[in-house]
Amino acid sequence: MSFNTLAYYWREALQSIARNSWLSAASVGTVAVSLLIVGIFALLVVNTNEFTRGLESGLELRVILREGQSRDSIRNLQGEIQKLPGISLVEFVSKEQALEEMKKSLKNRRDILEGLENDNPLPDAFRVKSARADQIPDLAARLEGMEGVDQVVYGHGLVEKLVSATRWARLAGTGILAVLCLAAVFLISTTIRMSVFARRKEIGIMVLLGATNWFVRFPYLLEGMILGFLGAVLAGSAVYAGYISLVSYIDQTLPFVHPVTDRQTIFMVLGGVLATGLFIGAVGSIFSIRRFLKT
Amino acid sequence: MINFYNVTKLYPNGVKALNDISLAINRGEFVFLVGPSGAGKTSLIKIIFREELPTRGQALFNGKNIARLKGREVPYLRRKIGMVFQDFRLLPQKNVFENVAFAMEVTGASTKQIKTRVPLVLERVGLLEKARVFPSELSGGEQQRVCIARAIVNNPAVLIADEPTGNLDPDTAWGLMELLEEINKSGTTVIMATHAKEIVDAMKRRVVAMSGGRITRDEEGGVYSNEL
Repeated sequence: MSFNTLAYYWREALQSIARNSWLSAASVGTVAVSLLIVGIFALLVVNTNEFTRGLESGLELRVILREGQSRDSIRNLQGEIQKLPGISLVEFVSKEQALEEMKKSLKNRRDILEGLENDNPLPDAFRVKSARADQIPDLAARLEGMEGVDQVVYGHGLVEKLVSATRWARLAGTGILAVLCLAAVFLISTTIRMSVFARRKEIGIMVLLGATNWFVRFPYLLEGMILGFLGAVLAGSAVYAGYISLVSYIDQTLPFVHPVTDRQTIFMVLGGVLATGLFIGAVGSIFSIRRFLKT
Repeated sequence: MINFYNVTKLYPNGVKALNDISLAINRGEFVFLVGPSGAGKTSLIKIIFREELPTRGQALFNGKNIARLKGREVPYLRRKIGMVFQDFRLLPQKNVFENVAFAMEVTGASTKQIKTRVPLVLERVGLLEKARVFPSELSGGEQQRVCIARAIVNNPAVLIADEPTGNLDPDTAWGLMELLEEINKSGTTVIMATHAKEIVDAMKRRVVAMSGGRITRDEEGGVYSNEL
């Protein structure tokens, strides 16, 4: 490919954008809006994923043991629990430790626990964590059937609800992302189709003059990719600026909420937005030009 | 260099445009295709140019079966054929130089090649001083010369003209014929489909007469029509 051919591709693509400046601006705008929503959604998904992961890892079961068991049998039981699949943590909490924890959590009202040291009513227990939240109900049932276990306590119902809610949130998020991307492809392909249509005579002449299909196609492909890229840059910068200010606002007003702020994740989202823009532009223009090139 | 063996072209709407045509055109010839509208001249040209495929029979270009060319080989066939149209088909937003240069650009020629070759061709068709003028400011004859310049700029083996004088007044048409004759003298095969009786009769070249999709007459130094 000669330099002149490369220059021709760029000249044609930029000329066509300039010639249809209003239409080009409109399609950059629509891509920008679509990708803006895509970007916001991606950040939302990233954050809910992070949030639910935090919730899931915070979920624990408390395995309450029968009174009056020997240290040995407790140690055996701990070993057995550890062997169960999907267990990430097993920790023995003696009745003394349980009382300490309770005192700590009550802080300034600890006086009500006064005098319980000598006749501690709290049971010995294990604190068990599961690697995955959706396994907790099964795990609880198995633990309950084990020798020496009195009772298994966990956020009954809450766990099940949380699991199904996060599953639906992920599914819906992915679905909406896909639909938005399709809409953007459609919009850009319409723009390119109009630009191809405006020059169908020129394309016909090019084919008659012995232009290869790629030679005809490439300027439009480039045009679509430029439009997609410009839209993505607009959307990306808006998403970035908006998210940064949102994060600082949340930091000040809702200090207990921790949005995802690590640069790698954010840049991955922005890079994804740019790549999607290029891809949308390319796919959109390929769709439009295909009809005009049949040999 | 162009050989048709029993070529039949049947369009999907049932029209039989070509009916068992056999024809051989040799390198360096000047051939008139004559006949009434609908005789099959344009279909014959379209098959050479691979805009249409023959329904039956074989059409060869330089010994290669045109119908068997792969999609990506077709552009290279077309670069060997210069096409001149009755309606010129110039790009209105490009000037004369750019219109001619465009034919080189699509073949991937460099700027340097274009800058040396295009003025030579424009000089040959007598339009060098109008290189920066747009087609809309040219007369019909001048536009047709631009079209011829564009057709020959890539040194094609064949120049095919489909009624090139159809939109021109007689004087202009004669000037154009002189140009085509010159191009033919320099070795390019010329095939011209036409209705212009006076031109055909005066040129005394090979005449292939067609009617109803068949070749009715093929003679060297012939005239437009035998009956009068």
